[in-house]
Amino acid sequence: MTGFLDAIIQGILLGGLYALFATGLSLMFGVMRLVNLAHGDLIVLAAFAILAVAEKLGADPFVAVLLAAPVLFAIGFGLQHALLNRTLGRDLLPPLLVTFGLSIIIQNGLLQAFSADSRRLRSGAIETASIPLGGDIAVGVVPLLTLLSAIAVIVVLNLIFYRTAIGRAFRATSDDLEVAELMGIDVNRTFAIAMGIAFVVIAIAALYLGLRANFDPTIGPVRLLYAFEAVIIGGLGSFWGTLAGGVILGLAQTIGARIDPEWQILSGHLAFLVVLAIRPRGLFPRAVD
Amino acid sequence: MQLLATQQLTAFYGDFQALYGVDIRLDAGETIAIIGANGAGKSTLLKAIAGLIPSPADSVLLDGIPIGAKRAADIVRLGVALVPEGRRLFPSLNVEENLLIGGQASKHAGPWTLDRVYRLFPVLKERRSSAAPILSGGQQQMAAIGRALMSNPRVLLCDEISLGLAPIVIADIYAALPQIKAEGTSVVLVEQDIAQAMKAADRLYCFQEGRVSLEGRPGELSRDQIHHAYFG
Repeated sequence: MTGFLDAIIQGILLGGLYALFATGLSLMFGVMRLVNLAHGDLIVLAAFAILAVAEKLGADPFVAVLLAAPVLFAIGFGLQHALLNRTLGRDLLPPLLVTFGLSIIIQNGLLQAFSADSRRLRSGAIETASIPLGGDIAVGVVPLLTLLSAIAVIVVLNLIFYRTAIGRAFRATSDDLEVAELMGIDVNRTFAIAMGIAFVVIAIAALYLGLRANFDPTIGPVRLLYAFEAVIIGGLGSFWGTLAGGVILGLAQTIGARIDPEWQILSGHLAFLVVLAIRPRGLFPRAVD
Repeated sequence: MQLLATQQLTAFYGDFQALYGVDIRLDAGETIAIIGANGAGKSTLLKAIAGLIPSPADSVLLDGIPIGAKRAADIVRLGVALVPEGRRLFPSLNVEENLLIGGQASKHAGPWTLDRVYRLFPVLKERRSSAAPILSGGQQQMAAIGRALMSNPRVLLCDEISLGLAPIVIADIYAALPQIKAEGTSVVLVEQDIAQAMKAADRLYCFQEGRVSLEGRPGELSRDQIHHAYFG
């Protein structure tokens, strides 16, 4: 019994990481209708950026992410403004092709710059610290921080989307591009800001990815897959849905692994298929679409 | 005093030509109506002026300055706002957010604020936190007009604001027009409803197959003239 309770707790915490992977993707799709095939590689890229800053300055990864975040915001802003905005339109294929190409460029660029070695972010004692919950159950501090960060990111994003002028512009632009322009909204700039924010979320996801496990330049596509599954389970356009999607995916994986370690990845995918079969639009789809 | 004018304005949807050298003029403080059958190019004219369809720079003049090549987002900042056909409120935004976003980009202050729009259409204040799609058609049209007014435009372009509405609701909406004009806004009405257009407008243009087929003051045009200009 303790085993299953432990699996459930660890699954929820793992879900926090998947939710962080997925939230940036959810934001890009929600605002720009952009399906970003390079998302996983961007997370890995950000992890290397944090690693580089941390090593260069001898800083803790938690400090390094604060330094890397504004740079990543600027990169996201520039990438959207200079490149991705040109791919958006009625045709869905150009953004897929361009982000697919980006994915290959990032992977090979990282191989060139950092080699194929597995790397890890080091943050001292906090990495292995845990809080005993009684019985045989304990929660790791890093996984707990991951989940809390995911919740904090979603709270902040919801505040931006529903309480600020730029958030209003995000929602309006996503609803009707042409009328958004009639309102004097600079759509290219609005999308670029959304991408900048998505890159900050990517940086936070990268921090916890790098603290939790080893990473190397090739692991991006699998993170992309989990992120997609979490977004689709939760329903497109809802950040809380994305969190729920991440948690369901995490739960399915840890419970599957508890039954048989070989089932971990498979049971995550099965949970995704079951949700897709029962609720094709996800658990919390937007009311209007 | 000429405020807005088009000169030999042409417009295309791909290979299809929708406007063939249209000249219209709007003076400051004036209300003009554009009438004509479906497909005559009325909505295209408004879209071209608002910058949703590209046109040569000097084919649209505001205060004598060419604005034809500007983008829609810049044109609204210059003081030309469009109430689009079919209202097209933002479904994810509630009524108040729809109004606020109308004034978001505009820097110049003016008479139109949230309060002033609520005074013009009190029902919008009651429905301020409702999602836009659940409003009635008439309320949606009021919100779409209010949203355009929030940018404090000098020129308000109204595309078929009576479309699909009951006569009593149309009367309500047109009753707001004098107040809008009183704040100094000039208005271009595109209308299917000829009687309504003739009542509201100082001058009238009739379009036929992408060209101006008739122009004049409502009192000076005969039914036959309009009939002929309408149907050819």
